Amino acid sequence: MNNLIVLPLIIPIIVGIILVFLRPYVKWQRVISLLTMIGIAGISLFILNRVQTDGIIRLDFAGWEPPFGILFVADSFAMLLVLTASVVTGICLIHAFSSIGDKHEKMYFYPFVLFLVAGVNGSFLTGDLFNLFVCFEVMLLASYVLITLGGTKPQLRESIKYVVINVLASWFFLVALAYLYGTVGTLNMAHISERVAESGQGPLLTTISILFLVVFSLKAGLLLFFWLPGSYSVPPTAVAALFGALLTKVGIYALFRTFTLIFYHEPLISHTVIGIMAGITLIVGCIGAIAFKDVRLIVSYNVVIAVGFIMIGLAVGTETSIAGSIYYVIHDMIAKAMLFLLAGTMIYLTGKSKIDEMSGLIRNYPVFGWMFFLVTCSLAGIPPLSGFVGKILVGQGSIESGSYILLALAFISSIVVLYSLLRIFLNTIFGETIISLEDEKPMEMGMIIPIVLLGIATISLGLGAEVISSYVTDAAHTLSNPSVYIDAVMGGNK
Amino acid sequence: METLIIMLIGILVAVATYLILSRNIIRIILGTAVFSHAVHLLILTMGDLKQGNVPLLKEADAPYADALPQALILTAIVISFAVTAFILVLAYRTYQDVGTDDLDKLRGAKDE
Repeated sequence: MNNLIVLPLIIPIIVGIILVFLRPYVKWQRVISLLTMIGIAGISLFILNRVQTDGIIRLDFAGWEPPFGILFVADSFAMLLVLTASVVTGICLIHAFSSIGDKHEKMYFYPFVLFLVAGVNGSFLTGDLFNLFVCFEVMLLASYVLITLGGTKPQLRESIKYVVINVLASWFFLVALAYLYGTVGTLNMAHISERVAESGQGPLLTTISILFLVVFSLKAGLLLFFWLPGSYSVPPTAVAALFGALLTKVGIYALFRTFTLIFYHEPLISHTVIGIMAGITLIVGCIGAIAFKDVRLIVSYNVVIAVGFIMIGLAVGTETSIAGSIYYVIHDMIAKAMLFLLAGTMIYLTGKSKIDEMSGLIRNYPVFGWMFFLVTCSLAGIPPLSGFVGKILVGQGSIESGSYILLALAFISSIVVLYSLLRIFLNTIFGETIISLEDEKPMEMGMIIPIVLLGIATISLGLGAEVISSYVTDAAHTLSNPSVYIDAVMGGNK
Repeated sequence: METLIIMLIGILVAVATYLILSRNIIRIILGTAVFSHAVHLLILTMGDLKQGNVPLLKEADAPYADALPQALILTAIVISFAVTAFILVLAYRTYQDVGTDDLDKLRGAKDE
């Protein structure tokens, strides 16, 4: 039964390869890729429930017992993210059916989305640090293709920077891995954690941890996010939504994993640095979100603000704040996908991207307008929507540990998020109608349905917080007590 | 031996840094390629450059060589090969479409 946990990685890869051969049959590609995502979501829900009853599940590939072989580990945190990622990808695919265009669909769009999902899921599930690097690369290569697919000038211009930055970050990841291997002599995360705890986290290991921090921050967009707004604003809507929802979250996951499981002995150094980085990220992200008039840039800077907010939970480091961060990551995946889809659809409908060039969309597209209002409220953290629980828990954690500066920054940033999105809302959705009924582009059902689905998801995530809380509490418990994870992985053969 | 290799890695990293800091795309790509070689050497050095037998328990006597860095490097080489190939094609395509290989001219969003 443990073999189940490899399925979220292996199914997308196999189906993706099959879809390569189905190139001319676009309809089949659509149906198969959507069914695959639904299937993976079902499987990950099943695994998530099994983790609740049986504890952390691990799978040793080829029977090599840890610490010798590569392994997959499914705990609540990883499975929650795999589940959310699959659901969000499925919904973005529905949007892609009507928005991405025939040219993309025939140029292997669906296979690469599936490869991207494989990389993302693999990164969440793996229990081996080098395997994490490999899964990162699977995800990144797919993302390189998706960001360049279409080959318009702005895409090429931004993607070359995106690719170079990520390639460099990957090699730095390898440098950090090499030093870590030279110091502790193992790559299994649980085993590394044990060895670090045995020898004590000396200055050398702390330096290595900072190297990992830099690498994962580049991927997550924590402080080192200079590449993010440009590259997230050029690809087609569905791809941008996938990127905004998934890619930075993988970096965030890696940061949480390494700094709660492995390098948790020197919080005065590493967690302080994370706190400072998160604070600056929030400030600069807020300035960016207010400064621009281009819808795509505003929503991209909102991604940056969310990263800063989530990392406050890690910097504070109490069990409550980590639970808050987990809630917020799940909420942010859904809400950011929705926000990117809305922004992209807005540009599709009006043909313009600056907020002062659009106005009065609510007359033409009422459902669309109210959905934008919904996501604004959700991201600002207004109850009963999904952002509320995460924000309140992160706030509670910061008060418990007395980090008042971070607390203030976190909640000021919520107001700025509200302001930046209300600015879009008031300028574009309200106001005088500029599109007459004759020129009105009909809203395609395929575009509004995924947005409504995500809207339902954010409402139910907020209302159903009680249902999810048992999973999140378990995930936060595992993260703040590394011994749970280590016992599950190394259990019996120390 | 380790000292020598570490110095070599240092030189490679210096060369890579110089190349990456230039404005020409091809130089940047070459820089990342050189950097990847430096990293591979670093992984090899971190696994100790000791002389040992093949790590097969019944076939050879101790001391064994550490096989893991070699496996890691093999994987990393494959990945760096794929990434470099992709980025070269991307650079060529960008040069064809945008008409420049100078990063300074690839900057603004105003030229659309």
